[in-house]
Amino acid sequence: MSDKKSDNNAHAYWRANVRIVLTLLSVWFFISFVCGILLADFLDQFRIGGFKLGFWMAQQGSIYGFIVLIYVYIRQMDKLDRKFDLDHQSSLQQGGESDTQAQEDKA
Amino acid sequence: MSVQIWTYLFIFVTFGLYIAIAVWSKAGSTHDFYVAGGGVHPMTNGMATAADWMSAASFISMAGLISFLGRDGTYYLMGWTGGYVLLAMLLAPYLRKFGKFTVPAFIGDRYYSQSARLAAVFCAIVVSFVYVCGQMQGAGIVFSRFLEVDITTGVVIGMAIVFFYAVLGGMKGITYTQVAQYCVLIFAYMVPAIFISLMMTGNPIPQLGFGSELTPEFGGGYLLDRLDGISQELGFGTYTSGQKSTQDVFFITAALMFGTAGLPHVIIRFFTVPSVRDARRSAGFALIFIAILYTTAPAIAAFSKTNLMNTVNNAEYASVPAWFTTWERTSLISFNDKNGDGRIQYVGDPERNELTVNRDIMVLANPEIANLPGWVVALVAAGALAAALSTAAGLLLVISTSISHDLLKRCLAPDITEKQELIYARIAIFVAVLIAGYFGINPPGFVAEVVAFAFGLAAASFFPAIVLGIFYSRMNRQGAVAGMLTGFTFTAAYIIYFKFMNPAMSNAEHWWFGISPEGIGTLGTLLNLAVALLVCRLTAEPPEDVQMIVRNIRLPGEHLHRS
Repeated sequence: MSDKKSDNNAHAYWRANVRIVLTLLSVWFFISFVCGILLADFLDQFRIGGFKLGFWMAQQGSIYGFIVLIYVYIRQMDKLDRKFDLDHQSSLQQGGESDTQAQEDKA
Repeated sequence: MSVQIWTYLFIFVTFGLYIAIAVWSKAGSTHDFYVAGGGVHPMTNGMATAADWMSAASFISMAGLISFLGRDGTYYLMGWTGGYVLLAMLLAPYLRKFGKFTVPAFIGDRYYSQSARLAAVFCAIVVSFVYVCGQMQGAGIVFSRFLEVDITTGVVIGMAIVFFYAVLGGMKGITYTQVAQYCVLIFAYMVPAIFISLMMTGNPIPQLGFGSELTPEFGGGYLLDRLDGISQELGFGTYTSGQKSTQDVFFITAALMFGTAGLPHVIIRFFTVPSVRDARRSAGFALIFIAILYTTAPAIAAFSKTNLMNTVNNAEYASVPAWFTTWERTSLISFNDKNGDGRIQYVGDPERNELTVNRDIMVLANPEIANLPGWVVALVAAGALAAALSTAAGLLLVISTSISHDLLKRCLAPDITEKQELIYARIAIFVAVLIAGYFGINPPGFVAEVVAFAFGLAAASFFPAIVLGIFYSRMNRQGAVAGMLTGFTFTAAYIIYFKFMNPAMSNAEHWWFGISPEGIGTLGTLLNLAVALLVCRLTAEPPEDVQMIVRNIRLPGEHLHRS
């Protein structure tokens, strides 16, 4: 393989990966620490049904938010893998096979 | 049928199931024993991770803790779920790509140092032991309260079961029993919650129920408003507002999150899936399975607190319901008639308060307080045992692999064959079960205190070292070791000082920046990062082959860099 090209590719992939992670982690920080703790008292003036909003964010909303974040991450990363051609079934297959191979070598 | 017969029946059936699974999934190689053959489906692994993670404490104590903490209890909820976001995005996929069996293996290889590897082995064993003792104790308590056998017998039965499937099946046996245990524990947790939610609010979904209006029978009005009202009236403070300082809640939440992401028994679960993409998916599944319990817990907390205050406050002691006397016998609840009026005063003022309630009662006695049928009560016992045993097994495996793989194979005796390594792994689990059982029967008084310790230490030692190892390829041995030492020592010193040497001074006045020992791990993590980055700048770059490892783990497939 041409090392130079693949190096550039790897670099671009990694930068895109870090950007996704940083964006999602800022949302993570916002829904948990900002809404659930720092601004909870302020948010308590709003209500959803029987919940004060700050209390709901702290004990329910943030957790639902975490799940959404992980699923957005999974989708974004799948897209990124496809864009950089890293998702080939063959490459996974290879990974699997080489694992088994290594195992057999050991045994 | 009586509650006791139901309990025996459930425990017999579930334990039989765990043993059957163990026999079916016997481990044949170290690959089976350490990572279940590496072919576990992401959803299966997600379920196993959830059972691995949710311990006796999550099952038995958490809802009760929240019911006494009110909104501040959120640090358990957000701390123990938010860590999975970090795990999914910062650790799991890359460590899966790295493709080794243990956390110390990553630390040792990435920082090209045997002393770093040994330090990681030490941390992993200390953190896991602290935890496993708590699980054994939890199992013992459940046995003794529900089956009225003594704690020793209870612990021995628990040990025998864990021993059987962990020694025989290793990670493979543990994975599939954990799946079964997850199903048992979540069913056991949800059934009473749904019943109570229906009874009090008419809404079958507890997550919505505690934001709904009470049925006329319970007085109507929004449940949480009612709870705030009674709490204030009795002098406990408003339930839905914070009582602790904001910065303390902030730091404790962060410490629990970083700690969650740094706990070795959770991390190794992600080594069992086939690929990097599966590791990401698996983290998603794990969080969903965990969130089912973690979003229900605050609902149970609110229901049972309301129920308890309604039932007991100002009630005549002579006419309390039967569960009250049952649990009084176990001294989980105790009444002291200070003013001699024959009625129970349950109030915030310690001078006048006559009722002491152990927080565990909120889950354990909840079905009885709500008058649910006997089989529901028995189900809770089986669920609590599933939670305790699944976590214990995961922790014992970390201890065993740390010894047989990281300590023996990679350090002391590199020449042993795979067969010998497997034997050592089994011996290590055997010894670990015995020691854990001993501490379960003779619990050191400080188990509860040390849990804060485990999280703080995992946060301040492992988490930054692993994240830097992946995201900063320039990070070298000197930086990582200096960072881990600083974080570990600082956190341990702060906790030991306030928890053991000078507990009298453990209050906001003396704490640094108002941070309690539970939250100090966050500061330890930041210190670790700062020291690691500083020392790394002043010392030589890591060797080329190590930087190569880093480039390799950043890519999911096998394409660009073949190592």
